[in-house]
Amino acid sequence: MKDAFGAPQSLLVLGGASEIGLATARRLIARRTRVVWLAGRPSPALTAAADSLRALGAVVHTVPFDALDTESHEERLGKLFTEGDIDMVLLAFGVLGDQARDESDPSAAVRVAQTNYTGAVSAGLVCAQALQAQGHGSLVVLSSVAGERARRANFIYGSSKAGLDAFAQGLGDAMHGTGVQVMVVRPGFVRSRMTEGLAEAPLATTPEAVATAIELGLRRRSETVWVPGSLRVVMSALRHVPRAVFRRLPV
Amino acid sequence: MAAETDFETGVATDIPTDVDTLTGWGRTAPTLARVIRPRTYEEAAAAVRACGARGSIARGLGRAYGDAAQNAGGSVLDMTGLARIRAIDAEAGLAVCDAGVSLHHLMEVLLPLGWFVPVSPGTRYVTVGGAVGADIHGKNHHVSGSFSRHVVSLDLLTADGRVHTLAPGEPLFDATAGGMGLTGVILSVTLRLLPVESSLMTVDTERADDLDDLMARLTSTDHLYRYSVAWIDLLARGAATGRAVLTRGDHAPYEALPLRARRGPLAFRPGRLPGAPAYVPEGLLGRHTVGAFNELWYRRAPRRSTGRLQRLTSFFHPLDGVPHWNRVYGRGGFVQYQFVVGYGQEETLRRVVRRIASRRCPSFLAVLKRFGESDPGWLSFPLPGWTLALDIPASLSGLGAFLDELDEEVVAAGGRVYLAKDSRLRPELLAAMYPRLADFRELRGRLDPAGVFVSDLSRRLGL
Repeated sequence: MKDAFGAPQSLLVLGGASEIGLATARRLIARRTRVVWLAGRPSPALTAAADSLRALGAVVHTVPFDALDTESHEERLGKLFTEGDIDMVLLAFGVLGDQARDESDPSAAVRVAQTNYTGAVSAGLVCAQALQAQGHGSLVVLSSVAGERARRANFIYGSSKAGLDAFAQGLGDAMHGTGVQVMVVRPGFVRSRMTEGLAEAPLATTPEAVATAIELGLRRRSETVWVPGSLRVVMSALRHVPRAVFRRLPV
Repeated sequence: MAAETDFETGVATDIPTDVDTLTGWGRTAPTLARVIRPRTYEEAAAAVRACGARGSIARGLGRAYGDAAQNAGGSVLDMTGLARIRAIDAEAGLAVCDAGVSLHHLMEVLLPLGWFVPVSPGTRYVTVGGAVGADIHGKNHHVSGSFSRHVVSLDLLTADGRVHTLAPGEPLFDATAGGMGLTGVILSVTLRLLPVESSLMTVDTERADDLDDLMARLTSTDHLYRYSVAWIDLLARGAATGRAVLTRGDHAPYEALPLRARRGPLAFRPGRLPGAPAYVPEGLLGRHTVGAFNELWYRRAPRRSTGRLQRLTSFFHPLDGVPHWNRVYGRGGFVQYQFVVGYGQEETLRRVVRRIASRRCPSFLAVLKRFGESDPGWLSFPLPGWTLALDIPASLSGLGAFLDELDEEVVAAGGRVYLAKDSRLRPELLAAMYPRLADFRELRGRLDPAGVFVSDLSRRLGL
């Protein structure tokens, strides 16, 4: 169960090796979380991630999970909820892709879209249903500011996040009044493996800062969280910039 | 088709049910449950039988601060439909009542007959069943013990559908008193009452300059009063840390009443103010507003007054006059923290008070009192010692970690926190706080192997 401050006792991370996912898990383990499920493709990274959380004192299980294999989600994820309540699901998987390559290779672009959007729709619905049956819990969805307005530099990734973001907002409305909270997290540029070697955008942040914002959002029962918070203002201004101008902005 | 389904589940078709998100009085951690409102013992039994995989828990008037009367994804039995006073023996001072009867209703009926409830918490809006389930205490614990001490017998509906009539001293009775509803559904209670000559209180008020002064006054004179409580200003720092207003009293005897009051000595007239608005902006109760309130409250109290007559309701339940006062903390709700440490652990109490004061927690309802003997309930809260209760807005940053630190102090001193008010305890500390937890778990395992009775509290703490 979550406590009065929204701190969950059990956590499922979809995208178990994700840096933001792990930073969040570490932060929550320092509070109340004692059981963590890391769902991801079996890999040394996933095993290492599980070990690193075990070292903090949590009971950690790994679950084979592939965002692209949507057929398996119902069975793989649904099963976890029968073994005890899961207070929070963090949907943290996603790929950035390589915009230049993906533009010339539609099948690669489709994979980005399928992972970030289709996979999330499937896994998100499976988990939301289970949370609803349980009568409580949080589904935290990692969206991105990239989904707020498509940019020339990464519109394939951005459009997949835009779809995910809209899906998560709608799901949150569907879950309203069921005891289940759906929280959309929109980080800006996060310094991590995913963005290694990329030119840093203004207001860049870290996985730890995202984790802090998620914990605060849980406490406040927020529906939307921007990281850093100032991006809320920046993006609401950028959203209204005319296309012709936006195209030329160095963002 | 509908009839078939009903036959399968065994629910009578017309038991009122509803689906609702519930919270405790502190308005934190909402969860969804099917709320069933039985109107007879049979309907209650039927509802328990049909509760499904996520179990059931009884709920009264929702005054438990935390998640004790919530059951996410399962069913919650709203017991307020079972609210008849079945019998009153005005000679012997006994009342038999359904679990859903509120103390408010009992007072309305009993006071004109010259009887009063033996133990009353800070609100009249708790049910008798809830009072047993939380084994509530009042300002008279040092004299009278907790609520279940005055229970002659009770009827408990257990997971197997049977009804047990229990008397104090039986293991199941002692597990039920303070058992947070997890042994079964209390259906009715036979209660021993307190005779009173009037509905007024004679009240002595005095101010204490600091915590040591307060503790000395309480220690040396508590035994002279049936009811005793101290309000502490937890925002006062430095030399004034722990300054307080002591309020002590007893039921006024008939002779003490002025002539006018003698015409209706037992009249029950609760005052009522307008309720708190449904929406209150977050952070209204910050350090400055609460600090100003505390300053006023302290200055307003007479340095010393004796024998003042006060209405019973304003003495016992000042906040009941403001319906929905819990809304003043805003949407984020609030956390109530109540702990007890034994006599001899005064240093811990001082340290905790100093820490709260220096952290500047905006708490305007901080109450200190002394407990008497422990009660027999296995999970009963009181133990002989000092108990401090305070309200804090849940939105206060870093509050969770801070209260965890206070728990460490409390548990190291052999103390405990009150489950009826808890919404955030670290489960690992529970066994150290409640030494009879293992017996409780063992009995529950035997009595209710399928885990029919379950609440958010029991899931969270592994009760």
